[in-house]
Amino acid sequence: MTAALALGDDALVLSHRLGEWAGHAPVLEEEVALANIALDLLGQARLLLSLVGDEDELAYLREERAFRNIQLVEQPNGDFAHTIARQLYFSVHQQGLYEQLAAGDGRFAGIAAKAVKEVAYHRDHAEQWTLRLGDGTDESHQRMQRAVDALWRFTGELFQPVEGVDVDWQALHSRWLETVTDVLGRATLTVPTGPQSGAWTAGAGRQGIHTESFGRMLAEMQHLHRSHPGASW
Amino acid sequence: MVTWTSVEEELLSLAGSVPDPELPVLTLEELGVVRGVDVSEPEGRVTVRLTPTYTGCPAIEAMSADIERVLHNHGVAEVTVQTVLSPAWSTDDISPEGRRKLAEFGIAPPRPHDAASDGPVPLTLSVRCPHCGSTDTELLSRFSSTACKALRRCVACQEPFDHFKEL
Repeated sequence: MTAALALGDDALVLSHRLGEWAGHAPVLEEEVALANIALDLLGQARLLLSLVGDEDELAYLREERAFRNIQLVEQPNGDFAHTIARQLYFSVHQQGLYEQLAAGDGRFAGIAAKAVKEVAYHRDHAEQWTLRLGDGTDESHQRMQRAVDALWRFTGELFQPVEGVDVDWQALHSRWLETVTDVLGRATLTVPTGPQSGAWTAGAGRQGIHTESFGRMLAEMQHLHRSHPGASW
Repeated sequence: MVTWTSVEEELLSLAGSVPDPELPVLTLEELGVVRGVDVSEPEGRVTVRLTPTYTGCPAIEAMSADIERVLHNHGVAEVTVQTVLSPAWSTDDISPEGRRKLAEFGIAPPRPHDAASDGPVPLTLSVRCPHCGSTDTELLSRFSSTACKALRRCVACQEPFDHFKEL
């Protein structure tokens, strides 16, 4: 139950953050791309949360402390570079995680085998943009580097073992680092050297401790459902 | 003599004849999403197994409702549509006839997966323009009007078109 909640909340929260780009993305194609990725993640969230209970109740009626997502996915969109850095860190991780889950015979194998093929496109999208922004103009390079640096301290939590998720977390971490190092290198960006988690953040999302902006995100996500209980389209 | 097997076959072909709500030129059978039909005896309750193309595909609900309606219209009182995930749907499940219809409709069909490559995005074969047939086409965006399509443009005839991307 904890495991499905953790993975489901990661997908749900990131889906909502990406949905916030609707109407604000730099070009129409990106508007569509980010919404498509958000939709895939929402599909994952629905399947995973349905293993735990009623998907709508879980999404709309839980308090902030009951969410088990990692803090990386709740970070505000920032500028486009921040969103892409968040996508790169998360999609490389999710691809590795789902590949391992799909290869096993645990309860997430079916969902992972389905989702991993979609996540490959998410990762490709993030990778292409990282290359384009990192190896682009001085301005885009600088902004992409800033984003990659700013989110680095939230990446340690990606590899904190989740009870009930039967994968090799150490292998996941080293493969992630290898891939991210390769992409950042090709994008002429520098791999951040700081710690992958701060004392105050270490693993806190999975325990229900979230960063300041998450409460505001939830308020927006939940207010319609809470204002009109039981309403449907 | 009517056997249960032939009844199931008939129900399967009825469920498979339902048009896709998003791409009505294709039937669900051609799309490869109907996985099977079970009839439980003695009640005669029918369960249709359906698999989604994409995890978040909103069309799955319309597909389920359409299958239920078609089977109800053919006298089946109790129909349940069950969503199954494994094995995961792939664009290789689209039938040759389905591919032909997609191209005719103006959507470049997905390329078959290369067994030798383990990458998700096969880059070896070019995508043919569904309007003029040229293979000189370029990618505009990996994501298009729906999750299952990418947006491309034909260099020869300049027309943009959707490409049912490989999954």
